[in-house]
Amino acid sequence: MTRFSDTFSRGPALVCFITAGDGDTAANLDALVEGGADVIELGMPFTDPMADGPAIQNANIRSLGKGTRTADVLQMATDFRARHPDVPLVLMGYANPMIRRGPEWFADAADRAGIDGVICVDLAPEEDEDLGPALRDKGIAPIRLATPTTDDARLPTVLDKSAGFLYYVSVAGITGKQQAAVDTIEANVARIKQHTDLPIAVGFGVRTPEQAEAIAKVADGVVVGSALVEIVAEHGEKAPEHLRALVEKLANAVHSAR
Amino acid sequence: MTENKPNSFRNQPDDRGHFGQFGGRYVAETLMPLILGLEKEYKAAKEDPAFKAEFDDLLEHYVGRPSPMYFAPRLTEELGGAQIWFKRDELNHTGAHKINNCIGQILLAIRMGKTRIIAETGAGQHGVATATVCARFGLPCIVYMGAEDVRRQSPNVFRMKLLGAEVRPVTAGRGTLKDAMNEALRDWVANVHDTFYIIGTAAGPHPYPELVRDFQSVIGKEARAQLLDRTGKLPDLLVAAIGGGSNAIGLFHPFLDDPTVKMLGVEAAGHGLDGDEHAASLAGGFPGVLHGNKTYLLQDEDGQITEGHSISAGLDYPGIGPEHAWLKETGRVEYTHATDTEALEAFQLLCRTEGIIPALEPSHAIAAITKVAPTMPKDAIICANLCGRGDKDIFTVAEALGVEM
Repeated sequence: MTRFSDTFSRGPALVCFITAGDGDTAANLDALVEGGADVIELGMPFTDPMADGPAIQNANIRSLGKGTRTADVLQMATDFRARHPDVPLVLMGYANPMIRRGPEWFADAADRAGIDGVICVDLAPEEDEDLGPALRDKGIAPIRLATPTTDDARLPTVLDKSAGFLYYVSVAGITGKQQAAVDTIEANVARIKQHTDLPIAVGFGVRTPEQAEAIAKVADGVVVGSALVEIVAEHGEKAPEHLRALVEKLANAVHSAR
Repeated sequence: MTENKPNSFRNQPDDRGHFGQFGGRYVAETLMPLILGLEKEYKAAKEDPAFKAEFDDLLEHYVGRPSPMYFAPRLTEELGGAQIWFKRDELNHTGAHKINNCIGQILLAIRMGKTRIIAETGAGQHGVATATVCARFGLPCIVYMGAEDVRRQSPNVFRMKLLGAEVRPVTAGRGTLKDAMNEALRDWVANVHDTFYIIGTAAGPHPYPELVRDFQSVIGKEARAQLLDRTGKLPDLLVAAIGGGSNAIGLFHPFLDDPTVKMLGVEAAGHGLDGDEHAASLAGGFPGVLHGNKTYLLQDEDGQITEGHSISAGLDYPGIGPEHAWLKETGRVEYTHATDTEALEAFQLLCRTEGIIPALEPSHAIAAITKVAPTMPKDAIICANLCGRGDKDIFTVAEALGVEM
């Protein structure tokens, strides 16, 4: 059993995203876990986060502005793994910082940091060889994204060699904006389920416990990102207590669907 | 060495959009089905005589092609070496080569049933060209432009507005072309159902580098025929400025399999390659992934993209079209660079010797010519692409020369 399969076997999971190096990342990550987050996505900051809305763009800029380096992100992951041996940890980001020193270097570093999966937003399955083989060699799951524009003909391409879970992006758009209707999400999750046994986590635009609960009833996981990143932006060093409070509500909502 | 040489330099990219190790499709999944659809539609359009006929007709009667091939006698005499010829793409409607590509892409957009056009622009030439074709075909047009470029290129901003486009200033990053492209991609991903993204240079995810090159290749096809007609032979050297590289690939591509024709691409060296203030991705960058393709990028050791600088807003992009990256690695094209100061001197030289005010972009090509022409025999022929006119740049040049206007 992997940390992913352990986690998703318990029922719908809450997946929480924050950007590494934005605020006190260690304290913020601990607050997410204490609040009840089941899976952590740690965002690797990038100068050009073109799939992200303003909240996560600004988090990237703040983090890089403080001088966050790839080595720092990996150290945050290493320290997290030491404190939380059982919580699945995903690195999420863009291709260029991941492949800069070569895919083997990155896969090896991620492996030593205790990373379970990697989401590379702009690495289409068609370009898998740039990173995928190196990750799989180390037993790290390449987690792919499916979107409302991914039709049945294309789903097998997306799912081929993907692992961990499938991240279903519920709206065609950037992070943190509008949310899709739950019945649309339900239909799409059901459609994707016909193609894979991987757990399906749904994200983009999820902000409230009510939204999270509704999605948890029709999917295996709920991803929350921008709402958490906004708390980090607003509360700075005081962010952990606010993160914990929101995550508790989100986690209760998601887990109530179990 | 020779066994690695391809049989033809004109058969790239492969069916996955790769030029050697460069190019490809590095986009968020939301865009992938659209990119694949565009590729399919472009293939069909290429085979459709009606598409080509409409493209050719618009280039002739709307853009004003073929553009002249001009022998520059006084510049040639001043430099004392090879004969210098200019492909006059600055005489096109809208004043630059950008319109060639925009005509092709808007015809594709209409063919695909798209009803809304977006574009990014740096100097504003591509924005103006896109706004122009949108007005011509009655489609709404949104142009993303870095806030800093909006300031530097205010005449072009006004032109776009006159043509009915909405110009959205982008404040993220340093507010230049790279940031405008990020914002255009964000718009596209949220409006895939009705929106066509007219990319301005031979970069971005496949099939953009290929289709932009094909639309711009009219430059090189005309140049080849004109030079053969006027001089009875092929040129010895082609020279073109490179930001993303669309005018250069347009000139070079039809000549790539003519082994006697040497080619020189000129990047912007800004304040010099010894510092960070330049935009020479090939000379000062490393391969990486940005804006949908793998190519040479200005970046740090963590893969963070660094901002380009050039006095020319059309050249200060931290990447370059993937076909140029491949042509550099194969050695088929040589790449050099010119600083802001050298470009300014070349700008004034062409004004003085030929009565032509060039844009700052081709001024970089002219700067390279001033170095190479004197080393070549007098019967040698250099053909440079004069890809844009300088009206838009007179304020920038005045400021750089310390002149109050």
